[in-house]
Amino acid sequence: MSATEAGSSRNRGTEYWVLGVLKWGSVAFFVTITAFPLLYMVSLSFKDISEVLRNPGDFFPSWAEISSLATYREVLRPVEDGGRGFLRLLRNSAVVAVATVVVTVGVGTLAAYAAARLQFFGKRTINTAMVLVYLFPAIVMAIPLFVLFSAIGLRDSLFGLMVVYLAQTIPVALYMLRSYFQSVPIEVEESALIDGCSRLGLIARVVLPLAAPALVAVGLYVFMIAWNEFLYALLFLTQSQELWTLPLGLQQLDNQEIPKTVLMAGAVIISLPIIIIFFVAERFLVEGLTAGSVKG
Amino acid sequence: MKQRQRPAPALPAAPAPAGGRTLRQRDQRLAYGLMAPGVIIVLGLVLLPLLWNVALSLRELRLIELRDFNPLSTEFTLENYSEVIGDRDFLTLLRTTLLYAVLGTSLSLLLGLWAALTVRSAFPGRFIVRGLILFPYVVPVVAAAFLWKTMLNPQLGIVNAWLQSLFDTGNVSFLTQRSFEVNLLGLRFGLPAAFTMIVLFEGWRSFPFAFLFILARMQAIPGELDEAAKVDGAGAVQRLRFVTLPQLRGVFAVLFLLRFIWTFNSFDEIFLLTGGSAGTQVVSVQIFEYLFGNSDIGAAAALSLVLAIVLIVLLVVYFRFVSTEETA
Repeated sequence: MSATEAGSSRNRGTEYWVLGVLKWGSVAFFVTITAFPLLYMVSLSFKDISEVLRNPGDFFPSWAEISSLATYREVLRPVEDGGRGFLRLLRNSAVVAVATVVVTVGVGTLAAYAAARLQFFGKRTINTAMVLVYLFPAIVMAIPLFVLFSAIGLRDSLFGLMVVYLAQTIPVALYMLRSYFQSVPIEVEESALIDGCSRLGLIARVVLPLAAPALVAVGLYVFMIAWNEFLYALLFLTQSQELWTLPLGLQQLDNQEIPKTVLMAGAVIISLPIIIIFFVAERFLVEGLTAGSVKG
Repeated sequence: MKQRQRPAPALPAAPAPAGGRTLRQRDQRLAYGLMAPGVIIVLGLVLLPLLWNVALSLRELRLIELRDFNPLSTEFTLENYSEVIGDRDFLTLLRTTLLYAVLGTSLSLLLGLWAALTVRSAFPGRFIVRGLILFPYVVPVVAAAFLWKTMLNPQLGIVNAWLQSLFDTGNVSFLTQRSFEVNLLGLRFGLPAAFTMIVLFEGWRSFPFAFLFILARMQAIPGELDEAAKVDGAGAVQRLRFVTLPQLRGVFAVLFLLRFIWTFNSFDEIFLLTGGSAGTQVVSVQIFEYLFGNSDIGAAAALSLVLAIVLIVLLVVYFRFVSTEETA
């Protein structure tokens, strides 16, 4: 690390200046590649398709286009009335995602507490197995699950889909909550035990209230995973239109007959809840993510 | 990784209470009870299907014959494997998948590092920029893919509109053509088109994930290190190279591993953007095609196991040669 010229104040000045330019150039680059697509998606979702075809470069909607909300009306209207039935898809997605969250957080909390605080035979094996499951490709499991669920009649059902999501989300929840429980000082629990509290009473009265923020973060993550999931919905539900979730419904809009503006309106509808959740709970989620690492 | 790996402290063993068992024994029983639901669900949905997949891959089974499928029959055949591996395009398929995974992962890590360096120190609007950077990762993959598909659309996409007004190129169909003809100062050559787009999409979509991890690690580096290097007269480039980057080796090793595994298996991105056409066919989309295009369950199962085996081999190589202590 020779620094022959460094130290002269003129060099420092140049460096400062160059770094400043680089920095603001980089900021501009990242704002462009992230904000521009977002802006484009929202703008196009309001546009009239014939306007877009006439002049693709001008993508800002006029006030008349915005206030008519024509694309959003078309996307949300039920299929029977010539719409795309997204209200129904919203409901389906919400049902699957909320059910997945409730079961995963419940089951995951119990398992994570055991993995963090109790000694038992086979603990390391179970922990390793869960990490491996978390890393295991979904597509490898997709075929046998498709065959199995077809055979037992669970394939075309939201319940079947939710069950499959559990296998993907429980390992994540277990992993994140375990590292959370390990970071909580054990002294509180010890004193409760000494005061005569049973283990289960301890979990209900001391551990869960303390872990509430972590449970919320994990719950939101699981919600996002279930809300965004596409592959299994495609495999299981394609034939039953009344059961489609939002990702599957949006994918079915990608064809020649349906205007791209309607497609973008659908994309905005599916993204909005996730973006709201993320920015309301950003601090929680980012800490949870970097501590537990979530599949994406 | 930033993770508090404290060994789980055991509670002090209490004298045997009225129940006759020690606290430790009761804890052990309780632990199994608490673990059971999660372990049963996960293993039931992963381990059993995995075994079943092996059985399926050894059968001649079509989608329509599903009703008559008997999992206990003992007629086995290796025909599915020879069909899948003997396919004319099998090597191309593997090469595309591998190249996609390596390039997509590298791009997302590099963009993530760059973004973390950009947002590392305070500036007005930093909070907003950080939030924006997370957008590509947060937005559902279906929405992101169709957003790109629309932007790159030859008739009404914004990218083509701008290209035409700037360079007067014809309509470029980025996602459906195999290569661009490039004419650079009389030098003519082809560049992969659709393949470049899926790599760019993967890099764009997953760099925020790398960004979060790298930024968290960067902020944990003691500020004195940088200060000391500054006092010693190190320039910005030297401080980056000799102070910051060495501290990031561990997080890079883990990120590369995670992103590589996920990108190697990724289905959604390519299925939605190109459907595997125009030189972008990867293993997971091919599995889907065996299943629904050819309604050949046996071949789909065989190829999915080949995918798992290739992945395991690559991981063994990785742990053997690339990373020893960092990811342990």
